[in-house]
Amino acid sequence: MNQPSIPMRAPAAVLAAAGIAITLYLWLFLHAESQLSVAILLAVALAAVVAGRRLGATRRLEAAGMSRPGLARLWAAAGTLALIAAFYDTHFALLMICTVLLYTTACLGLTLQFGFSGVANFAGAAFFGIGSYATAVLAAHSGLPHLLIIVIAGVISALVGSLLIAPVLRTRGHYAALVTIAFGILFKTFIEVNDVLGGPQGLQVPGMRLFGYALNDGFTVFGADVSFYVSYALLSLGICGGVFAVVKALERSWVGLAMDVVRTDETAAATFGLHIARWKVVAFMLGNFFAGIAGSVYGMVTGFVAPNNFTFSDSLLMLSIVILGGLGNAVGLVPAAIIVLVLPEKLQFIQEYRFLFYAALVIAILLFRPAGLMPRKTRLFFAGEASR
Amino acid sequence: MSVIAQYVFNGLMLGMIYAMVAVGFTLFFGVLDVIKFSHGDTLMVGAFAGLAASTGVLMLGIDTPWIQLLAVVACAVSVTGLLGAGIAKFLILPLRKAPPLNTLLATLMLGTVMRECVRLFYPDGSNPKPFPRLLPSASIELGSLSLRADNLILLATGIAIIVGVHLLITRTRFGMAIRAVAQDGETARLMGIDFEAVVLFTFALGSAMAALAGVMNGLYYNEINFNVGLLLGVIGFAAAILGGLGNIYGAILGGFLFAALQVIGSATLPALIPDIPSAYKDVFAFAVVIVLMAFKPTGLIAEKSSERV
Repeated sequence: MNQPSIPMRAPAAVLAAAGIAITLYLWLFLHAESQLSVAILLAVALAAVVAGRRLGATRRLEAAGMSRPGLARLWAAAGTLALIAAFYDTHFALLMICTVLLYTTACLGLTLQFGFSGVANFAGAAFFGIGSYATAVLAAHSGLPHLLIIVIAGVISALVGSLLIAPVLRTRGHYAALVTIAFGILFKTFIEVNDVLGGPQGLQVPGMRLFGYALNDGFTVFGADVSFYVSYALLSLGICGGVFAVVKALERSWVGLAMDVVRTDETAAATFGLHIARWKVVAFMLGNFFAGIAGSVYGMVTGFVAPNNFTFSDSLLMLSIVILGGLGNAVGLVPAAIIVLVLPEKLQFIQEYRFLFYAALVIAILLFRPAGLMPRKTRLFFAGEASR
Repeated sequence: MSVIAQYVFNGLMLGMIYAMVAVGFTLFFGVLDVIKFSHGDTLMVGAFAGLAASTGVLMLGIDTPWIQLLAVVACAVSVTGLLGAGIAKFLILPLRKAPPLNTLLATLMLGTVMRECVRLFYPDGSNPKPFPRLLPSASIELGSLSLRADNLILLATGIAIIVGVHLLITRTRFGMAIRAVAQDGETARLMGIDFEAVVLFTFALGSAMAALAGVMNGLYYNEINFNVGLLLGVIGFAAAILGGLGNIYGAILGGFLFAALQVIGSATLPALIPDIPSAYKDVFAFAVVIVLMAFKPTGLIAEKSSERV
């Protein structure tokens, strides 16, 4: 495979050190209770990032990650497993981990649509919600195995999204944004007034049963009671990891290349023989499929689904995660999701002001660092080239 | 007969408010190619500013409705004018080089900031507040029809404002400057037009129109609520796009069209499907908007644009 010729000393050691440090930090962060400790941890993170840039440590970490991608993913998975094990009896921390993983999965779908193919989707939360509602109905009224239900929920999400294909393909820019915004509002209003699907109160979602074992029962390991969220967290980690691998593989392949060209310049793409409509449709449907799967599992984790969870603001939240992490960079989604989803829960003293704070933060980032936290690197075509 | 007239009148009022918001969107897009999504929340801030003014005037002991009305309008227009110009100077102009969806997201977040500020910092902001009845409540009888004087005044005022803005844009020198900047900013600068002044004034003008729409909304429903801006903003945006961005007539057309869709939806859907809740009118209206976008991707009065290949 292509090996960049940046002198790289022991990438495995660099990755190991980074993996352990980040896992330790996240453990402290999820564990922190008092406002002072949260503030201290945030200051430490900021200082570490600034120092890392100065000392070139971030560049070495990125180079290590690129030279050994498999090892980097293994460390990420191991770190998450360690966190899940460390919080084995804390419901809230595990719920946070599940939420971050599932929203990352949905945002991977949005990245596929917006970051790779340039199709703006302002109704991400609606497709998330379609997955949850499909699961609620199928799990309660049919005897299908739950793993199949998750896949079917994703397919239903993609099929409902296909209603929007004609307007999405024919419109550009702001007009395209309107189509998905209108659909998001339409979906929420439709669900709210529709008593068949529970109306404003929503529906209950039965817990997941996997091979006869109900995930909603806790289990005991070596005599200690383990929270039932652990099973859901493991499932979410599996799904997130799988979708991440698929999206990264797509990005490296000719499919990702075609999507990037379609996003960058449609006229040039057409002159090179790329079928623009096909790639946009593939990205849109696949992205909605991932959002549907994530919504399906999220419904089972929280146990119920209501139209108030899938408003326009929630779609904006997902788009903020995508842009904050660096448009098109799948790895940047995780820190962005942690900032957007976990930080407001931890900063309890600003509970009332949290939307205000979070909106002001996004405006500041868009004004001063519009490329996001981890801007997407250019594609490497030739060995020996450094990615910019 | 009077039921139909009631529906028609309601539709005209709604259409007026949507048209005023849509004209704002279209003005901003025309001048800077930017969608300022906080426009709906600017409307809400204008309404609250008017409410604050009327409470202030009452506290000063002045009881005449006309003076209250004057104070409400003056306060709403000046506060939102300044707010609009400030937003343009500190948020929109610096983001001119950014991809358009970044500006869209930034203004959406700004709308959230404005909504949360009003909810948190206005006394008892999270509950709907009654808007004072400042217009004469007489009603005129025309056979079996009964028209309320305050609705007629609101309708007439709305038409006057839209006609006034149209005259400003087409018959004055300043309007010509606005149209020049909308057509080609750089060439306008070469011709000696102060680009930044024109942009700031256009934003102030659009925001003042939104404030007037907010005050009219408050006077019509006799109540305002911090949440009213989001849906009105989306509907105004939909109306502006339906009519074709950058075209004032299109925005007005789009506003009345959307109101007509909502009224048709609320009138005919219960007749076709019994027991259907009236909130389906929004579903119907947005669904028709999506279908129309599929057939006319750049709006009803389409932009003529060509790509150089």
